[in-house]
Amino acid sequence: MVNNLLKYSLVFIVAVLLQVLVLNRILILNMISPFFYIIFLLLLPFDTPRALLTFLGFLLGLSVDAFTNTLGVHASVCVLIGFLRPVILNNISTRETRESVSAPRISTMSLNWFIGYTAIFVAIHHLLLFMLEAFTFQGILFTLLRAVFSGVLSIVLIVISQFMIFRK
Amino acid sequence: MRNLFRIILRYHYVFLFLFLEIFSLSLVVSYNNFQKATFLNSSNGITGYFFENFAGIFQVFDLKKANTELAEENAQLRTALQHYQMRTLNGSKQSYLAERNPLITMTQDSLNKIVYFFTTARVINNSVNQRHNFLTLNKGRLQGVKPDMGVVSAGRVVGLVTNVGDNYSTVISVLNEKWKLSAKIKRNDFFGSLSWNGKDYRKVQLNEIPYHVPVQNGDTVVTTGFSSSFPEGLEIGIVSEYSLGTGSNFYKIDVDLAVDFRSIVQVGLVENRQLKEINKLESLNYDGK
Repeated sequence: MVNNLLKYSLVFIVAVLLQVLVLNRILILNMISPFFYIIFLLLLPFDTPRALLTFLGFLLGLSVDAFTNTLGVHASVCVLIGFLRPVILNNISTRETRESVSAPRISTMSLNWFIGYTAIFVAIHHLLLFMLEAFTFQGILFTLLRAVFSGVLSIVLIVISQFMIFRK
Repeated sequence: MRNLFRIILRYHYVFLFLFLEIFSLSLVVSYNNFQKATFLNSSNGITGYFFENFAGIFQVFDLKKANTELAEENAQLRTALQHYQMRTLNGSKQSYLAERNPLITMTQDSLNKIVYFFTTARVINNSVNQRHNFLTLNKGRLQGVKPDMGVVSAGRVVGLVTNVGDNYSTVISVLNEKWKLSAKIKRNDFFGSLSWNGKDYRKVQLNEIPYHVPVQNGDTVVTTGFSSSFPEGLEIGIVSEYSLGTGSNFYKIDVDLAVDFRSIVQVGLVENRQLKEINKLESLNYDGK
């Protein structure tokens, strides 16, 4: 338990710092910039209480907001995906796997499953985030294009990071 | 009553979710007015600390360019200073300088009282990838930074100080959809409002220039001095494209920014010493309405 607490605190801090210090500087073709930090919410154990997930989503979003001067934008999106995580997991995995396996990883599930799982969360997160950031329906096509292309890069980064950290 | 408690207890996560979601959305809406001072922005001590200690790693790559820019600015200032000294010796203070470098002459008014005061700061965080971009500087209230100071890089407009912490401050960048700046075409003094459409970090848009005004590609766009945070005549960029919208009386003008926002390392802060007086005067205009 204490071990887990330390481990996930570290994931939280590294994810936020990597996002705000390094990845926020990336801008490809004037529209693509990845949001990698939600990996923290993806990696939490299957049995994390729903209230805790929601609260951690809020904390994660707020931390990123403080660095990027976008108060509330990341927070509101992350609260939602934290809250929705159990619902989505119910639909894409069975109760038996969730009880026999501790946390969603490539090694415990499968590569295809993990990519699909990441893609669902990144899609929800990026679409809402880019719309909320723009805060207007003007130029909605450009906003959606940004969300889609950035999303692809985010998925790639998250999946690759799994091979780098949890190689067993 | 017991049933109510049971429901709350059972669905506590739903209530928590609703509470946090409404709270964060209300932050978004109220923060849309960017000038509202809040604690949770990059001018506070914690975020500032991280930016200050990690900024160096990335800025190493930009140093060469920054050096060249500083050297160029130095050379310009030296030339201007020499001309100034010569003119003073010859007994005429006529402003040859005004044409060459507005930074120097604009610091003095006719009574030789300093109006604009300049200091420098280092950029410790900067972004160009959002719709609302900000910079973070390594100086704050204790070093004399105040809200509404103008921020320039080598004499060209970068942004405006918004939030000021003890040791750090946040600057709203020209590349922020929420900020508008009054600007004019240097050649003919027609002014309009400058804003960013969120698409290309190298281009901003100059609006409200009426169609009868002669505009050319390559025209220089400068500050007007109406905003009172910037002296008049600071360079913003160069007209790169213009067209007349259908059924519109105004041009759509794209301006290539003079500052490369991806490699700003050192900036100058401009303080208007008469800002308080100007604001006080202007507020009188609205009082008697």
